[in-house]
Amino acid sequence: MSFLKIDNLSVNYEMRRETVHAAKNINIDVNRGEILGLVGESGSGKSTVGNAVINLLDEPGKISNGSIILDGINILANPENIIKYRGKKIGLIFQDPQTSLNPILTIGEQLIETIQTHLSLNTKDAKNKAINLLKEVGIKDAEARFNNYPHQFSGGMRQRVVISLALCCEPELLIADEPTTALDVSIQSQILDLIKRLTKERNLAVILITHDMGVIAETTGRVAVMKNGDLVEIGPTKEVLTKPQEIYTRSLVSSVPPTNKKISRFKIIEKKNKNQSDTNIKILNRWVKKEISNQNLVQVKNLSKTFDDSFFTESSKNSVMAVNDVSFNIKEGQSFGLVGESGSGKSTIAKMIVNLFRPTSGDIYFDDVCITKIKNNKEMMKFRKQIQMIFQDPYSSLNGRLKVKDIISEPIKLHNPSVSSKDLNNYIYDLLESVELTQQSAERYPHEFSGGQRQRISIARALATQPRLLVCDEPTSALDVSIQAQILNLLKDLQEQLNLTILFISHDLPVVRQMCDRIAVLKNGKLCEISKTEELFKNPSHNYTKELLKLMPKIESIYN
Amino acid sequence: MLIVAFVSFSLFNFVGDPINNMVGEETSDEERAELRENLGLNDPVYVQFSRFVVNASQGEFGISYQLRRPVSELISERLPATLELVIISALIALVSGTLLGVYTGINRKGFLSDIILAVSLLGVSLPTFVIGILFIYLFAVILGILPSFGRGEVVDLGFWSTGFLTISGIKAIILPSVTLSLFQMTYIIRLVRAEMMEILQTDYIKFARARGINEKSIHYKHALKNGLIPVITIAGINIGTLIAFSIITETVFQWPGMGFLFIQAVKFVDIPIMSAYLVFIAFVFVMINFIVDILYYFIDPRIRVKAEAANG
Amino acid sequence: MDNQGLTLLNRIKDSDIYFSFIKSPTAIVSTIILLIIFFCSFFVEIVSPFNPFDPSSLSLMDAFTPPSWSEDGVAKFVLGTDGQGRDMLSTILYGSRISLIVGFSAILFSLILGVTLGLTSGYFGGKYEMIVMRLTDVQLTVPSILMALLVDGIARGIISKELHDEMAIYVLIFAIGISEWPQFARVSRAATLVEKNKDYVSASTIIGVTNIIIMFKHILPNILRPVLVIGTIGLALAIIAESTLSFLGVGVPPTTPSLGTLIRIGNDFLFSGEWWITFFPAIFLVILAFSINLLGDWMRDTLNPKLN
Repeated sequence: MSFLKIDNLSVNYEMRRETVHAAKNINIDVNRGEILGLVGESGSGKSTVGNAVINLLDEPGKISNGSIILDGINILANPENIIKYRGKKIGLIFQDPQTSLNPILTIGEQLIETIQTHLSLNTKDAKNKAINLLKEVGIKDAEARFNNYPHQFSGGMRQRVVISLALCCEPELLIADEPTTALDVSIQSQILDLIKRLTKERNLAVILITHDMGVIAETTGRVAVMKNGDLVEIGPTKEVLTKPQEIYTRSLVSSVPPTNKKISRFKIIEKKNKNQSDTNIKILNRWVKKEISNQNLVQVKNLSKTFDDSFFTESSKNSVMAVNDVSFNIKEGQSFGLVGESGSGKSTIAKMIVNLFRPTSGDIYFDDVCITKIKNNKEMMKFRKQIQMIFQDPYSSLNGRLKVKDIISEPIKLHNPSVSSKDLNNYIYDLLESVELTQQSAERYPHEFSGGQRQRISIARALATQPRLLVCDEPTSALDVSIQAQILNLLKDLQEQLNLTILFISHDLPVVRQMCDRIAVLKNGKLCEISKTEELFKNPSHNYTKELLKLMPKIESIYN
Repeated sequence: MLIVAFVSFSLFNFVGDPINNMVGEETSDEERAELRENLGLNDPVYVQFSRFVVNASQGEFGISYQLRRPVSELISERLPATLELVIISALIALVSGTLLGVYTGINRKGFLSDIILAVSLLGVSLPTFVIGILFIYLFAVILGILPSFGRGEVVDLGFWSTGFLTISGIKAIILPSVTLSLFQMTYIIRLVRAEMMEILQTDYIKFARARGINEKSIHYKHALKNGLIPVITIAGINIGTLIAFSIITETVFQWPGMGFLFIQAVKFVDIPIMSAYLVFIAFVFVMINFIVDILYYFIDPRIRVKAEAANG
Repeated sequence: MDNQGLTLLNRIKDSDIYFSFIKSPTAIVSTIILLIIFFCSFFVEIVSPFNPFDPSSLSLMDAFTPPSWSEDGVAKFVLGTDGQGRDMLSTILYGSRISLIVGFSAILFSLILGVTLGLTSGYFGGKYEMIVMRLTDVQLTVPSILMALLVDGIARGIISKELHDEMAIYVLIFAIGISEWPQFARVSRAATLVEKNKDYVSASTIIGVTNIIIMFKHILPNILRPVLVIGTIGLALAIIAESTLSFLGVGVPPTTPSLGTLIRIGNDFLFSGEWWITFFPAIFLVILAFSINLLGDWMRDTLNPKLN
């Protein structure tokens, strides 16, 4: 008899105009000592299920059907009683450690309060217990840090504190909702190891909710796949990942960028209605395709950027050196990757290349012209045409008040003011079709499109001026893995057909492996290593690169 | 502060001809010139300004055009009246506003909450003077239990005269202070409510619930403490607004305070009083901001730790 | 063009805002009340039963008539008359027109000034932003009534009395407008800072669009929502401010009385029992302010995506 049985659970959200069925007839069971992964893309309902077990659904959610049987007892039978289980039998942790802790109480106070709620201990004993817990989750100097406030801990440490809070009253079930998504890859592996250790030592039953297949492969013993509120497939992780039964699971697995090899395109199993061979890009007709010479299109020399905290203090105490003496070259037609964790400076470099801000020192050359020294706006316009960018967040990269056609026509009209309106419209339609959107999209507004479609619109806008260099700043990090595969395929198609040079920025090593010919690894603003992709992955030379490669979650680990 | 002093000074000197305002029509040109010389109006601007600042810091503001008495005397006479009124109103507004705000923030959908909110909206729509008139009519004319004007008997304590020590004094202060506090109270209710509602949706409240902490603790220990932080800033600004609105209340109730004085000054273009009032108000605001900053330091640990880290 | 108009209408109908408007009785009721008031004030010459400012139509014999439903009331003076025989209903309608004109103009002035300063300071930053923000901070510590009083006082000192009476309305609009602009500036700046960091602004910059076009074509439409909420509430405040100033005697001149002036005049008669002379203008003012506030409140709740 399993420790936790979620039996035929259904959850509804009564919205203003309609009812959303976030979870439909979910049947999941978890045993003590095992970690069950709950995986799905956005909107799958996985978080909803996690919240429902502890009856903490966000308004206006309601459990409409089903029962939750914990250790033999149906805890939904008496909803008022569930407060006794929270913290005592069930622990819950969420994604962002920064917002999970009350900023004006010390962590000691928060721990003692939780302990005394469920266990009858006096303050002294509670404090001892709390300090032992902090040690158990790996906080050094636990006695001293007991009196610290949350903001005095770093991200990874804070998540450990959150875990200690969730476990302080000895619950037997732990629900972890995307516990490492907001953390860097190096911290992420530490936290996952901690969870694995605690599961074993305390014989916990754990539900690990995530969207990352690599994490699933490395951490979980069994996995449940959800899509749009339905439970698609459930079974031992090894089987589900290597021999998926359902179509959706298969497409999910095949969309994950492999970490151990380079492939040409992602295999898209759930095709809409397109014939895969018909990839003639419409705007090819208008594109003035330049012959690719074997020279450097972009040269970055000793680039540095310092940000000052306050406007008046020029003291270096408050300033941050985001980029420190970075140099590299990009050959025309190539795909160059910039890889690093948060704070590595990769985004800053990209923004300097597109001239969003000026470097503190160093130069950038485009086509052998030093563009960092150009002061004249007119001259700058010539280069603006040739360098374009697509961004990470599909929701903030389009102006919600403008129609799609106005968004795309802005660059066209600016650089070709004399274009006739008929030509303009035809060009816009061609652009839209080249990114696999319909002509009717032109008349619609951004909010009518999904995240992936919005990225396509961004790509269409970027291509409108026929740029030679396309800078992609984490273009798929905010997208579901299956959509990511489609967009990455699209980018590759566009590059091949239009002879684009691409600068690809990401923190996701497997993605970069698929997309780039050469890669530069950054850490804290400094360049650690540059080499050809396969070289980097097979024979990394810098220690940091080796670390990153070792720690990144690999879906292929399931084969071991 | 200096900016304000400069503005006051400019007011004083350049708005209208002070001499013309001070003397009647019949004074001859020679006498005017003499007066001008005596008052040092022929001296260069910066001399006059420094004299103004020096005088002001000693509380010396010259002589009122209209009432022919030293401004500083007038102010010290009226100051206690206004201050007492403002303090009582502030207490009423802050205390009841916060309590009601917390209640409506926690019980979002109750019947009582809806009524409180509707009344608070009404409170924002009622101009202070209308409330005043209404109260006077209701309590003084119809019911006749509270006085409709004046301060009642006051007890003189050296430089301060207080109305708190006499029954008639206390009776007299009830209507004006409630009137004055109403507008602010409704504003505070809405603010506190909005704060509470926002806090109750945060992750750390959710996490506290997930740990099994009971609702009462969550509301009062976790949510309220966080919610009070912005209220403190508002409380500071509130006192300022109360002082300003006291102008209206004093007019309606003929309360002999500084606000009443100021209105007369504006009507008769009595510059010395106007500039003195300005300087005084500015001083009060600067003090309030300073106190609020200090309070913030003690209450929000994030600021405290940052400051300690910067110094250490 | 017809097609475009139709799609706009459809877009409004499908929008969330329209949906919650229809569902909210307070929003509908307050809008209806406001529309009636606006209409009456606008067409006051047609709507009002009498012209209270035409001396030939007045007769002192009609003075102090109580409202039509009380004992000594007369049918043609529905709400009674004042000390000079003027019909209360008519004076209220004329008065409300003045109050509305001053209120609207003042808020419009505030809005344009405040949004322009807030938008530009948020966008450009640097020293300019610092100066503007200091200015708003300083001015925000001064309550608006005080500010308006000061400006009015200074104006009286500078301009001669006759000229002041003529220009009183403009001075008043300026005074109230000046006292409210920091609110708009602060809100616009905060919203601009949020929008400025969004990628679509970066995208347009990269394309090469000039700063002015980015500010007015891209950012401005996106910051209008909170500005609108502040504007509505500000309108109520402006109307109350005007009536307060008129009540205190430093507002509109007595020749063009607003609701505040009427209340002041009526206040003198309160103790002698002619309560209606002050009561009805007061009620009208409160209804006006209350409806605007209701609407503003509904707008704030609808346009705030968080409180769902």
